Amino acid sequence: MSTGRKRLAGWALASGLVLALAAVAAGCGGGEEGAAGAWQIEGLGSTLDEIQDAARQEGQVNLVIWPGYAVLTDEFTAATGCKVNTKDGASSDDMISLIQTGAYDGVSASGNASVRLMTTGDVAPVNTELIPNFADIQEGIKNKDYNSRDGQAYGVPHGRGPNYLMFRTDRVPESTDSWGVIWEDESLERYKGKISIYDDSIFIADAALWLKATRPELGIQNPYQLTQEQFDAAVALLKKQAPYVGEYWPGDVAKQIQSYTNGDSVVGTTWPYQYLQLKKAGVPVKAVKPKEGTTGWSDTWMIYAKAKNPNCMYLWMNHMASPEAQAAVAEGFGEAPVNLKACELTKNRNHCSEFHAEDESWWEDVYYWTTPSADCADDDESTTCMTQADWKAAWTEIRG
Amino acid sequence: MTSVAVVEPPPRRGAGRRLSSFLYRHPRLRLGALLALPVGWLGIVYLGSLAVLLLSAFWKTDPFTSQVVRELTLDNFREIAERPVYREVAWRTVRMAFLVTVACALLAFPLAYYMARVASPRTRNLLVVAVLMPLWASYLVKAYAWRTLLSEEGAINWALDPLGLHFNGYSTTGLWLVFTYLWLPYMVLPVYAGLERIPQSLLEASADLGGRSLTTFARVTLPLVFPAVVAGSIFTFSLTLGDYIAPSLVTSDQFVGTVIYRIYGTALPTAAAYALVPIAVIVGYLLVARRLRAFESL
Amino acid sequence: MPEPRLTRLLLRLGAGLTLAFIYLPLLVIGLYAFNERVTQAWPIRDYSLRWFGVAWRDESVRDALWLSLLAGLGATGLALVLGTLASLAIARHRFFGREAITFAVILPIALPGIVTGLALQATIKDLLGPVGVGFGLGTIIVGHATFCVVVVYNNVLARLRRTAGSLDEASADLGADSWQTFRYVLFPQLRTALLAGALLAFALSFDEIIVTIFTSGAQQTLPIWMYATLFRPDDLPIVNVVALFVILLSVLPVYAASRLAGGGGVEQVAAGAAKVEAGAASAP
Repeated sequence: MSTGRKRLAGWALASGLVLALAAVAAGCGGGEEGAAGAWQIEGLGSTLDEIQDAARQEGQVNLVIWPGYAVLTDEFTAATGCKVNTKDGASSDDMISLIQTGAYDGVSASGNASVRLMTTGDVAPVNTELIPNFADIQEGIKNKDYNSRDGQAYGVPHGRGPNYLMFRTDRVPESTDSWGVIWEDESLERYKGKISIYDDSIFIADAALWLKATRPELGIQNPYQLTQEQFDAAVALLKKQAPYVGEYWPGDVAKQIQSYTNGDSVVGTTWPYQYLQLKKAGVPVKAVKPKEGTTGWSDTWMIYAKAKNPNCMYLWMNHMASPEAQAAVAEGFGEAPVNLKACELTKNRNHCSEFHAEDESWWEDVYYWTTPSADCADDDESTTCMTQADWKAAWTEIRG
Repeated sequence: MTSVAVVEPPPRRGAGRRLSSFLYRHPRLRLGALLALPVGWLGIVYLGSLAVLLLSAFWKTDPFTSQVVRELTLDNFREIAERPVYREVAWRTVRMAFLVTVACALLAFPLAYYMARVASPRTRNLLVVAVLMPLWASYLVKAYAWRTLLSEEGAINWALDPLGLHFNGYSTTGLWLVFTYLWLPYMVLPVYAGLERIPQSLLEASADLGGRSLTTFARVTLPLVFPAVVAGSIFTFSLTLGDYIAPSLVTSDQFVGTVIYRIYGTALPTAAAYALVPIAVIVGYLLVARRLRAFESL
Repeated sequence: MPEPRLTRLLLRLGAGLTLAFIYLPLLVIGLYAFNERVTQAWPIRDYSLRWFGVAWRDESVRDALWLSLLAGLGATGLALVLGTLASLAIARHRFFGREAITFAVILPIALPGIVTGLALQATIKDLLGPVGVGFGLGTIIVGHATFCVVVVYNNVLARLRRTAGSLDEASADLGADSWQTFRYVLFPQLRTALLAGALLAFALSFDEIIVTIFTSGAQQTLPIWMYATLFRPDDLPIVNVVALFVILLSVLPVYAASRLAGGGGVEQVAAGAAKVEAGAASAP
């Protein structure tokens, strides 16, 4: 055993080193610019031919995706020489943190990720001239605030879909068509421990949507931009619901599928993907867009501003906009394609009409995910709203 | 050792030789040469990283983009202190760690005792290997195995079904079982080593003085092996405290690890501040363990 | 003083139950690898070997396995160098700051993995990102080496403590330089300890996931591949096959290492359970 003095000295040595490093860390700060500049990414070819040649050199593309989003990858690799490596994100926050590691070339971003990524400059604008299939994308989906800035496209639209209310028809009345089944006291009692909820702060918007329909005095317009009062009401509603929730599924689609299969969960919120899987397995489930409307998503393939394989990523964006890939992913995940040429290729010929690909009125009460913002994302300077950080902190609290 | 006699080192000349003699004459320098790499590595790569993490607990987060903003603030600590949920989760995690430790100790004791005092030397060696193996078998595979076992249609409910019982595996109780399973070998080995170190003569002396076997066990064996149990508990405790994979596989309850893992991507400063909680608990635990002389028994 | 009959019987029963508790889950997951069906319901109705073929042909599994092997080799190599140097310094010298170094070697394994992982990721992203160093094999190796050092260190240090420093001096007296002393005197004594340390470091690296998730970027080691894939119901049969493979693969080097470390039970505990020992030495 050494003396106390020695030990102290050892610690002093170690802390000296640590402090020196911390100083270095503090020095290397900043460097975060606002929006990105031109669409030209280092190493990206300037014509389609150049891109195809350069892609063969790159040989791979690394993607952050929602589960099930990367389709026809073997065909893509055969055609372009780019191997496809994917990483599933569980939530938009998850996807942002993954793309910010710098290890990925692109991401299938929902609105609550894409706006933030454009703001931080983590994703680059795209030259749509170099993406031939972009021309076939529905005009109504292009040039939205979640996939463009000042008229400049920041990626290629992927598809859109609703978050469903899903229930087991043998346990919940088949006629159920209101979110009340997961919010109202009596119903919460009835399905206690059998309710399945998406585990992310964005679900606060679903509570706000219910309040919008049932408590008009709160004056909720947009379920993503909430004043303190509206937000508190939504959080209170979620806290009331929490003890009745059987499972929160954090992108763990396997667990939700399993729990519906064996009846552990009988009602809750879901993506069309799980619904289709359960249907396929013969589980008696039904999924509806309730009368209050619902939250949903309109996703965009975006390219990382410092992508290591930009050429493969451009080809990938083009691939995912192709009629074949659009048909495959629309049927696989359960969403509406944005390239309507896909409607000819789906195995179920009615897929496009069943998923309302062309029926804009159906989408009017589907609120696409977007990022909560202090200025309420409007031009009215007098209003202030709760921020993404508030949402996130509140969600940790709701989960308890 | 024989190699010293057998091998005759060929004589060497030149710079290497001179450097070598120089180092031999200057033991401080030789020490420096030995230490440069490991100290550089651990000091810079590891402690440096910890310092970066600690420092980031004082940064701000942009409320819209979730980017880290390099302005000093204490808000992260305030957030952790003021929102009761962080305390509740920490408390739940510590409670889980405690219950896992108790379960591990109860399960480990008979096995360790059997190994140390009943089994023949041959059986004992086999048992030691049998306990060591799963210690090194993949953590993830073990956790995954339990996810499968605990599911509604898994082996556990299949076994309980004929008895008319049902176990809700994907629950806090299920997680408790998983943790107990994962860390059990970490408890068995120190307890076994502690038991084996108790001299036979001591137990005989107790018997000679009229102590019945239960008395001997309670008054001699237990107090002597207690530090070993504490030593084992260091692992069961600290491993439970920081885990986020096993909880994510079997429950949706929040624990310290799962909260940190969930928020670090878009709220690194808060995550860094919260990470100080398990660090503090473990350091505190180590200090208590040292008081109880646990380290000497390892 | 032998225990009474009843006590012995009860102990045997308790020990047997605990062992069953340890091995049954591994056995069950091993059986699942032979499950014909995609569903994970127990009991297994039809057995088949077909998923072994599927897993073997799965390119992502092979890529992940290859990456895990590379990472394991890299981390083991680094850990051997760093651990041996550190243990030589600690065993053969008394010096200022000695305790701090002992402590620093232990720390990476004593602190929760999530802390280590988070710290490494924050550093790589903030400090190395701007100079063009990205996440990948290199950062995986750095992370693994950091906590593998202790395994080599413990094995070599234990051996050095059992060998006399006077041998080194004798070698020098006979005219050998430092390198020759290491090569012809020290190394033969340390060989088995180094081999055991290397095997254990490799096993530790091969199975690690908690830190690796933070340092691997887009790359998938075998455990990360498993963790990602076990959330996809259709791919579970492949996960089962890989799980069986990983159990077998990680247990072999441990068995070998515990044989290498030599004879009796206690020594095996001391040498093999480096994971446990790591914390033991963390007594400041």
